[in-house]
Amino acid sequence: MVSFTPTEEQQLLLDTIRRYAVNDVRAAAHEADESGQIPPELTRTGWQIGLVPSAIPEELGGFGEMSALTGVLAAEELAFGDLAVALQVLSPALLAYPVSLYGTAEQRENLLPAFLEEQFIPATAALLEPGISFDPFDLQTVAAADNGKICLNGSKAYVPLAEDARMMLVYARNAESGDVDAYIVEKGAAGVQIEKREQLMGLRALPTYRVHFVNVEIEAAARLGGAVGSDFNVLLNRSQVALAALAVGVARAAFEYARDYAKQRVQFGKPIAQNQSIAFMLAEMAIEIDSARLLAWEAAWKLDRGEDATREAYLAKQYADKMVLQVADNGVQILGGYGFIREYPVERWLRNGRGFPTFTGMAIV
Amino acid sequence: MAISFEIPEFVQQMAQMAGFMAQTYMRPYARQLDENEHERPKAFVEAMWPILRDQQKATLEKLTAPPANGGDKGGEPKKKRPGTRNLQLMLMIEQLAWGDAGVYLCLPSAGLGGFAIEAVGTTEQKLRLLTRFAEGDQPVWGAMAITEPGAGSDNSSIATTAVFDEEHNQWVINGEKIFITSGKLALEESNGLVIVWATVNKAAGRAGIKPFVVEAGTPGVSIGKVEIKHGIRASDTVSIVFNDARIPADNILGSPEVQASSEDKGFKGAMATFDASRPIVAASALGVGRAALEFVKEKLAENGVEIPYTLPYHKLTAVQRDVLEMEAQWKAAYLLTLRSIAMLDEGLHNSLEASMAKVKAAKACAWIAQKAVEMLGMMGYSREWLVEKWMRDSKIAEIYEGTNQINTLIVARRVLDYSRRELA
Ligand SMILES: Cc1cc2nc3c(=O)[nH]c(=O)nc-3n(C[C@H](O)[C@H](O)[C@H](O)COP(=O)(O)OP(=O)(O)OC[C@H]3O[C@@H](n4cnc5c(N)ncnc54)[C@H](O)[C@@H]3O)c2cc1C
Ligand SMILES: Cc1cc2nc3c(=O)[nH]c(=O)nc-3n(C[C@H](O)[C@H](O)[C@H](O)COP(=O)(O)OP(=O)(O)OC[C@H]3O[C@@H](n4cnc5c(N)ncnc54)[C@H](O)[C@@H]3O)c2cc1C
Repeated sequence: MVSFTPTEEQQLLLDTIRRYAVNDVRAAAHEADESGQIPPELTRTGWQIGLVPSAIPEELGGFGEMSALTGVLAAEELAFGDLAVALQVLSPALLAYPVSLYGTAEQRENLLPAFLEEQFIPATAALLEPGISFDPFDLQTVAAADNGKICLNGSKAYVPLAEDARMMLVYARNAESGDVDAYIVEKGAAGVQIEKREQLMGLRALPTYRVHFVNVEIEAAARLGGAVGSDFNVLLNRSQVALAALAVGVARAAFEYARDYAKQRVQFGKPIAQNQSIAFMLAEMAIEIDSARLLAWEAAWKLDRGEDATREAYLAKQYADKMVLQVADNGVQILGGYGFIREYPVERWLRNGRGFPTFTGMAIV
Repeated sequence: MAISFEIPEFVQQMAQMAGFMAQTYMRPYARQLDENEHERPKAFVEAMWPILRDQQKATLEKLTAPPANGGDKGGEPKKKRPGTRNLQLMLMIEQLAWGDAGVYLCLPSAGLGGFAIEAVGTTEQKLRLLTRFAEGDQPVWGAMAITEPGAGSDNSSIATTAVFDEEHNQWVINGEKIFITSGKLALEESNGLVIVWATVNKAAGRAGIKPFVVEAGTPGVSIGKVEIKHGIRASDTVSIVFNDARIPADNILGSPEVQASSEDKGFKGAMATFDASRPIVAASALGVGRAALEFVKEKLAENGVEIPYTLPYHKLTAVQRDVLEMEAQWKAAYLLTLRSIAMLDEGLHNSLEASMAKVKAAKACAWIAQKAVEMLGMMGYSREWLVEKWMRDSKIAEIYEGTNQINTLIVARRVLDYSRRELA
C-alpha cells in the first residue's frame, strides 16, 4: 500500500531530533563553524538521542533498528540543524552499522557494545581517497595477504574524527579478489599516519583528516565479515541515501530561512516575497526539495526490503547533489547582500551543500 | 501508517492491462492519427468503451446500494480505509499516455465533466447525468468548459452568463468557450454533456460563477472552431458557442445551498476537481516522458551505449549523464505524482502536492522529450520515428489544467502562506 506517512515511532524520533536541531544545534552552529570546534556537550546531547545505539543488534543490548528509512528521516532532521554536527554525531555509525550488518559474531561482540554507552565513542570509516578522480569501485588503497596477516597500503581523505577515533573501518581493494573489502583498524596501529586536520570550504566545525596506511599489518580476522566478507554495494548504497537525506536537510534549512526572510524583508514598499521572481524561486525550491526527499525515501525503502537499490540510491544521490547546491544558492540570493555575510547562516549552507558530490562514504544509515 | 512505495499486486495488473491496450490499440495508430488530425481513434474507442462503461455502471450501482452491500446509500458512512481508486487511475493513465497522449484524451467517458459531477453533484444528479456513460453500445463523452477568449489563466473573469428564466424554469446560457477537449465528441458525436462554468452575477466575481450541465442536442449550442494543434492532434479541441441555450433548472450542479450560496462555493468546487485532475495530467505527462526515455535507452543500447549506475560523475560520458538526468527527473516527477495520488486516496487535502506534481511532471517530461529528439540526431527529428511527436505531445501538460506558472503560483502561495491578494 502506498503511503507517505512515517510510523508513530519514527514521528516521535523526528520530533526529538527536531528539538535538538532547532534548539541546540542551530544555537551553536555559527560559533562552531567559526571556531572549528563542536562543543562536546552538543555532541553528547545528539548522541544521547540514541540513533546509533538503537541500531545495535538486540542480542547485544540494542534495539536492532537498522532501518535505512528511519535513518534517512533522522539524517535529514539532523542536517536541518547543521551538517557538520550531523556528520559528527553520526560518525560512529560508519563503523557500527557495517559491523552490525556484516560483522562476524566475534567482531560484533568485541566492537558493538562500546556504542551502547552514554558517552559518545568516536569511530569512523575511510573510503574517499586523495586526488581529483575518486572512484569507489577503483580504490588505490590495497589490502594484501601477508603470512596469514593482512597488509594495508594507501591514502585516504576526508576521514571524520580520524585523530580521536577508537577504531576505523578502512575500505580497500582486496589484492586477491579485486573486490572492495572493509578492514577494522584499531587506534594507534603501526603504520597509520594521520596528517594535520584538513582545511575545507565548508564543514569547518568537523575535524577531518588525510590518513596514510604504510604497510599497516592487521590480523586476518580484522576483515569485516571474516572469511565471508561484506557486500560493498549495499554499504555504498546505504551511504548514498544517507548523504542524499543529509543534503535534503541542508536544503530545507536554506529554504525555510529564505522563505521567512523574504516575508519580512521589505523593499519597494512590500515584502520581497510578494514579487513573483522571489516567490517562484521559493516554490521551485520546495518542489526540488520534496523531489530529492522522495527519491531518498524510495531508495531507503528498497534497502529495507533487502532489494537491490543500486539504481535508486545512485539517482537519489546525484539528484540531491545538484538540488542542494541550487537551493542553497537561491537561499543566499534571496538574502541579497546579507546572504553574503557570515552572520547569516545561508552562506554556510551553500558552502556545506557544495561538498555533497565529494562527500562519498562520510555517512551511512 | 508507514512509508511505503508498494503498489498492490492487483493495481499492477490493472496497469499492465492498460499497457496492453496501449500496445494494441494506440501505438500502431499513433503516427496515422497524428498526420490525419481530425480522424477519430476508432479501434481504441471501441476497445475502451465497454470497459469504461461497465466501470461507470459499477460506480453508480454503489451509489444506490445499501451499505451492507458495499454501497454508500443511507446510514452512517462507514469509516473509509484508504482506497486505491486514484492510484489505479494514475497508473492506467500513465500507461495509456505512453501509448499515445492524444488518443488517451479521447477515452469515451465522462472525463473531466465526470470529475466535476462527482465533486459537487447531488446523488440525484450523479444518477441522472452519469447513467448515459454506463449503458448502451455507443460510446459517450463528457467535457469541461471553463476557458474563454478573455478568461484563460484568470478563470474568475468568466463572461459566459447564465440567467434564470422563472417562467419556463430554465437557465439561459450565452457566451463562448474555447479549447474544449472532447467538446465535439460530447455534443455532436455522442449523447454526451459538457459542464459549463458561467456567471449568474458578474458583479459577485468568483461567488457568481456556477457549474451548469449542457447536454447534447440542446438548441442554441453549436461547435465553432475545430482547432489544429502542435501536438496531441488526435484529441478533439473545439470552441462552443452558446446562443440563448436553454437548460432545465436542475442542471445547475450541486445542492441548492451550494447553488444559492453567495460565497464562492461553486467555484471552489471547480478548484477541488483540480486536486484530483492535476495528478492525472501529471500521470499523462509521465507516460509520454517514459515513452521517450525508454526509446532513447533502447536506441542507445542498440548502438552499444549502456547506462551505468555505479560510475562517479566524472567518469560518465555526456550521453550517459543526459540519460541519468532524464531518469532521475522522471523518477522525481513520478514520486511527487504518486504522493499527491496517495493523499487523495487517503482523503487528505492535496492541493499543494497536486500542483507540485503537475508542475514537476509537466516540466520534466517536456524536457525529457525535447532531450530525446536532440540525442537521437537526424532520426530524432524525423517523422519516421515517434520521438518528435512525443516532444510535441508533451508540451500540453505545461499548459492545461493551470499553466506551469499558475501551478507554481499556487505552490508559492501555499509555502508562503499568502492569499491570492498578497501574491498575485
Ligand atoms: C561584499 C559586499 C560589498 C558591498 N559593497 C557596497 C558598496 O561599496 N557600496 C554600497 O552602497 N553597497 C555595497 N553593497 C551592498 C549591495 O549593493 C546590496 O547588498 C545590494 O544592492 C542588494 O541589496 P540588499 O542586500 O539590501 O538586498 P535586498 O534589496 O533586500 O534584496 C534581497 C533579494 O530580493 C530581491 N529583490 C529586491 N527587490 C526586488 C524586486 N522588486 N523584484 C524582484 N526581486 C527583488 C533581490 O534581488 C535579492 O535577491 C555591498 C554588499 C556586499 C555583500
Ligand atoms: C489542447 C488544449 C486543450 C484544452 N482543454 C481545455 C478544456 O477541456 N477545458 C477548458 O476549460 N480549457 C481547456 N484548455 C484551455 C487551457 O486550460 C488554457 O489554455 C490555459 O488555462 C491557459 O489559458 P490561456 O491559453 O488563455 O493563456 P493565458 O492565461 O493568456 O496565459 C499566457 C501566459 O501567461 C502566463 N500567465 C498568466 N497569468 C499569469 C500570472 N498571474 N502569473 C504568471 N504568469 C501568468 C501563463 O502561464 C502563460 O504562460 C485547453 C487548452 C489546450 C491548448
